[in-house]
Amino acid sequence: MLSPADVDRIAALARLELSDEERVRFATQLTAILAYADEIQQADTSGATGDDGAAPATPLREDALRPSLHREDVLAQAPAADPAAGLFKVPRVLGS
Amino acid sequence: MSVPERASTIRAAVAGRQLSAVEVCRAALGRIERRDPALHAFLHVDAERALARAAELDRSPDPTAPLLGVPVAVKDNICTAGVPTTAASRLLEGYVPPYSAAVVERLERAGAVVVGKTNCDEFAMGSSTEHSAFGPTRNPWALDRTPGGSSGGSAVAVAAGMVPLSLGSDTGGSIRQPAALCGVFGLKPTYGRVSRYGLIAFASSLDQIGPFATSTEDLAMALSAIAGHDARDSTSSVAPMADVASALTGEAKGLRVGVPRDLIGDGVEPDVRRAFEASLDVLRDAGAAIVNVVLPHAALAIPVYYLVANAEASSNLARYDGVRYGARAEGATLHDVYYRTRALFGAEAKRRIMIGTFVLSAGYYDAYYVKAQQVRALIRRDYDRAFAACDVVAVPTSPTAAFRLGERTGDPLQMYLADVFTVAANLAGLPAISIPCGTTASGGEQLPVGLQLTGRLFAEATLLRAASAVERRLPMPAPPAGSSL
Repeated sequence: MLSPADVDRIAALARLELSDEERVRFATQLTAILAYADEIQQADTSGATGDDGAAPATPLREDALRPSLHREDVLAQAPAADPAAGLFKVPRVLGS
Repeated sequence: MSVPERASTIRAAVAGRQLSAVEVCRAALGRIERRDPALHAFLHVDAERALARAAELDRSPDPTAPLLGVPVAVKDNICTAGVPTTAASRLLEGYVPPYSAAVVERLERAGAVVVGKTNCDEFAMGSSTEHSAFGPTRNPWALDRTPGGSSGGSAVAVAAGMVPLSLGSDTGGSIRQPAALCGVFGLKPTYGRVSRYGLIAFASSLDQIGPFATSTEDLAMALSAIAGHDARDSTSSVAPMADVASALTGEAKGLRVGVPRDLIGDGVEPDVRRAFEASLDVLRDAGAAIVNVVLPHAALAIPVYYLVANAEASSNLARYDGVRYGARAEGATLHDVYYRTRALFGAEAKRRIMIGTFVLSAGYYDAYYVKAQQVRALIRRDYDRAFAACDVVAVPTSPTAAFRLGERTGDPLQMYLADVFTVAANLAGLPAISIPCGTTASGGEQLPVGLQLTGRLFAEATLLRAASAVERRLPMPAPPAGSSL
């Protein structure tokens, strides 16, 4: 059973701000979902290697320079940017 | 002439100059204007852009272009240069991609006209299109019911006759399940068959783009247009594509259809079961042999899927941090910006990020994520063994017909079970198709039912051949609400 404290720990790892209502609701819902997921523990996987879902016949491309998106087009989509300097803008990283 | 409803006939009429691409485009835009207010299949329609594109095609039409003048709708998690792309999320509200997805480039190269972007569950996470930040899409067969999801808008755009073709994405059933619930064809190609360059990533080892259509001919045309190797997606395969158009023989002679009886349990509605059994009879009439197969680990596909998919989602959605694109919630420090911006995720996206973060965290990684990847290998092996005895595996696409809006939103687990028959194909990377195979009759409400066939890797042609055999013998009625709107 996940406690609201467990939910807070997971939310901090994911950088998610949750409301008080979400903390309570997610503790119940995540507990139910993970209990259901525990069904996989019954499978005998001795000798099974993990499957990462790779598709067959996928050659790597040549490691060569090629054109990319234009910097100004990319910066135009940023919430805040200094296009002349070629920078994304964010508030201070550390507290005051 | 009046504008036909199928891509194949539209293409022929535009190539033969009986119709202009502009006339076809205007007709599609008119249908959207009349029908979409009640359905909400579209998040964005760019009439001006679509008409300009159609006019350009009319100036120098290439009669060999395989989709010449065909209007298409594209799920809103597929990037379209210069056209808003939100994945139905507040996090991407206002985002206008500086580039187009590979599938959009290919559709346009084939002569298609993209008319709009379709609604979906936020970041393709859901089975009803109710998790869209911009409101749900409604089912044209019954407006109080969901179209399924997550590609519900793309399914409805085709089912209600607004466009003949659309694209969706399928991570655990998000093309096939809405296709079944809306009574149209939907195909999830083999993992690696279609480039995901420009698809907003949800679960990268599972995501695949595919088409919706009202006929196998149109479906094959769309698949041929979008399939093929693309160096910009490292999971894109160089495996050659069969000529799928010539596979549409309408017959199934020699085809072995495997039925995993153990899987089709009590959760399947009686009417769905009846339509499924009738579709097996149809395949038998078309020359197929019906055989029993077992998939011993497929019953674990849902828990495996929700562990693997959410682990990948928690990683993929880490990029929405309010720095480079999309929405930003202001804060005094970068830390505050991250937390407040990511609070804009909807409830389902948050739940999935939380589950994924948990199963990848120290102390739980081996018991959940590694174990799930191992069971995934066993599911893939089950299919390898089944395909020794059969060519395709048949199950109902969805255990139920379309459910009511709001019926499952309070219970995430109940919603997840909508995908019980579809997720295994994604886990094993296999191609799978949903074929309209009848309607329910009980309760006085007619709702469509889908037959799902899963094939060997890269065997889309086999699926389309079997689908054409069902199509020839089981014509589907049009949705009552969609056509009358």
